[in-house]
Amino acid sequence: MTTATGDELVVLQDVHFGYDPNHVLLRNIHFRVRRGQVVAIMGGSGSGKTTLLRLICGQHAPLSGSVRVMGKDLGRFTHAEKYAVRRRLGMLFQFGALFTDSTVFENVAFPLREHTQLPESIIRDLVLLKLNAVGLRGAAHRYPAELSGGMARRVALARAVALDPELILYDEPFAGLDPISLGIIGQLIRRLNDALGAGSVLVTHDVTESLDIVDYVYFVSEGGIVAEGTPDEIRAATHPFVDQFVHARPDGPVPFHYAAEPLAQALLGRAQ
Amino acid sequence: MSRKTIDLWVGIFAVLGIAAIFFLSLRVSTVQTSSGAPYTVYTWFDNIGGLKVRAPVKSSGVVVGRVAAIRLDTQKYRAEVTLAIDPAYPFPRDTVAAILTSGLLGEQYVGLNPGGEEDMLAAGDTITMTQSAVVLENLISQFLYNSAANGNSNSGGDSSQP
Amino acid sequence: MMDWLVTPLRHIGARIINAIWRLGFILRFFAALLLVSGQSFTRLHLTLREIWFTGVLSLSIIMVSGLFIGMVLGLQGYEILQRFGSGDALGIMVALSLARELGPVVAGLLFASRAGSAVTAEIGLMKATEQLQAMDMMAVNPLARVAAPRFWGGVISMPLLAAIFSTAGVFGGWLIGVVVIGVDHGSFWSQMQASVDFRIDIVNGFIKSVVFALAVSLIAVFEGYDCHPTAEGVSRAITRTVVQSALTILALDFVLTSFMFRGLS
Repeated sequence: MTTATGDELVVLQDVHFGYDPNHVLLRNIHFRVRRGQVVAIMGGSGSGKTTLLRLICGQHAPLSGSVRVMGKDLGRFTHAEKYAVRRRLGMLFQFGALFTDSTVFENVAFPLREHTQLPESIIRDLVLLKLNAVGLRGAAHRYPAELSGGMARRVALARAVALDPELILYDEPFAGLDPISLGIIGQLIRRLNDALGAGSVLVTHDVTESLDIVDYVYFVSEGGIVAEGTPDEIRAATHPFVDQFVHARPDGPVPFHYAAEPLAQALLGRAQ
Repeated sequence: MSRKTIDLWVGIFAVLGIAAIFFLSLRVSTVQTSSGAPYTVYTWFDNIGGLKVRAPVKSSGVVVGRVAAIRLDTQKYRAEVTLAIDPAYPFPRDTVAAILTSGLLGEQYVGLNPGGEEDMLAAGDTITMTQSAVVLENLISQFLYNSAANGNSNSGGDSSQP
Repeated sequence: MMDWLVTPLRHIGARIINAIWRLGFILRFFAALLLVSGQSFTRLHLTLREIWFTGVLSLSIIMVSGLFIGMVLGLQGYEILQRFGSGDALGIMVALSLARELGPVVAGLLFASRAGSAVTAEIGLMKATEQLQAMDMMAVNPLARVAAPRFWGGVISMPLLAAIFSTAGVFGGWLIGVVVIGVDHGSFWSQMQASVDFRIDIVNGFIKSVVFALAVSLIAVFEGYDCHPTAEGVSRAITRTVVQSALTILALDFVLTSFMFRGLS
């Protein structure tokens, strides 16, 4: 369905953000996600990429610039309007954030029960379909504590797409997974996005896995976007930060050492 | 724990709690089962002794009301005691109110001794005939004074026995 | 100069300002909680689950504690009343102390440490594991879905628990007084009935338990909701719930008692 903004799900224009105006965390952010795209936000820890994700889902409001999600300006939203947008949006948290006191089935059923008046039989069918899509229909009556990290992440993914969202946000979907689970999650992200015809935003620092599945990459460093492009462009990029990141070099623009006085001075200083 | 089991237990819990409230209301305390709003009657006493607000008002030992208020009238310097009496118990106009003590050291209460008049007390009426509290100290000093007087005269000893 | 005086004063001042600020914050939280409480009653099973959690699971500790407190009252009360030759008044003493004070206060303290701490822990852990945030992202208000049912569950459970506590206590007193010591069965109950007033003693005791329930439930839910989302933060929040609930119950008890029972006797 085309709206006035075409098929652009997320548009950030010249966004500045900080918890207080004197301490700006993100500056000059231009960012867009189109329908059907899987977009990755990459960067080191503490570079501001999770903050960027929070701007997109409306948890924070920008200091200046506009954040448009599905054609609506999130910066000027009331609480009710924000919730209306969030119903069309799925989010996968870093560690799944499953409800530990409910079964896998109830976890996936939660958004359906909260936002629809569907009869129990239809809810059951929908939940089993979503669980089947992530390959965990057999674990429907388990509790999250009984699942491995990768399986819990897949359940959370099923829950995030339970309402067939138009935009799916992933906060570090690969963190702490073994290579097999990592591959499964990566493929699921791509498959679900294509099946739903949605847009996806991935916050990650897992370069090799994400470059295989995404359409576009933004590199964030020290509060700004330092590079962007398709995976091929990124692999060939000469920007020193991207080069260090993609090829995992220990030292480069991101220094190995935390800012400190020179070692010799520290040692001598203590000796005296 | 399934939803059905939870509902059952919550039901049992609610029944227990309400049963406890009923037990406290009916078995432990007395709910005033009066036939309507009590009517107030005023009385005047020279001395109320240790009478307290909410002390019972009894007639022939049956509780018929409570002491609603006690204050000192600074014109007459007498105590005005307001009685709230159950409308199920009408009393004649010439009823005598007395402050009595249940047992030697027990609580004090107002005793009503009905007279023989036809007219009944209405709300806001005043009981004119009253008998103040017996103050033990006065009683003892009176007794001592009398026996001292008897000792001096040495005669008619049995006439002043209390 | 004068540092030894100024520094502690400044410290005390800062603590007072902080306490006032926090009180305002709690009251604002309370207002927000009331605004979103509709769901707790339209979707009753949410609240029923919390009544089960806070009420039913506290039942055994409340009944056993009530029984023991009543038995102690029976022993101590009889020993003291005996000195004045009024051992028959044991029923009055047991029932009055339970209905007016011990029922609401001790049940409130037990409730705070048994159920209040559990509520804080549950909400705190949900916050620490991002479950509340996940709910918020699914366009479900966690205040309405998580906090409000727990609050109302506590508010409904606690007065019932206090009544059950008092009843168990009266039976404990009866057990020691009548069955063991041999106070007359008839005078135990009849003196109790004659001297315990429904409106003054039972209703006021019930009002106390409702006020304590509101305070403890609010503190428990607030501390869980407000805690620092780490293991240490949750454990601190639980401690704060128990300590603040106990202090609040005792302070409120003094205030309520001075309003309810002053000038009665």
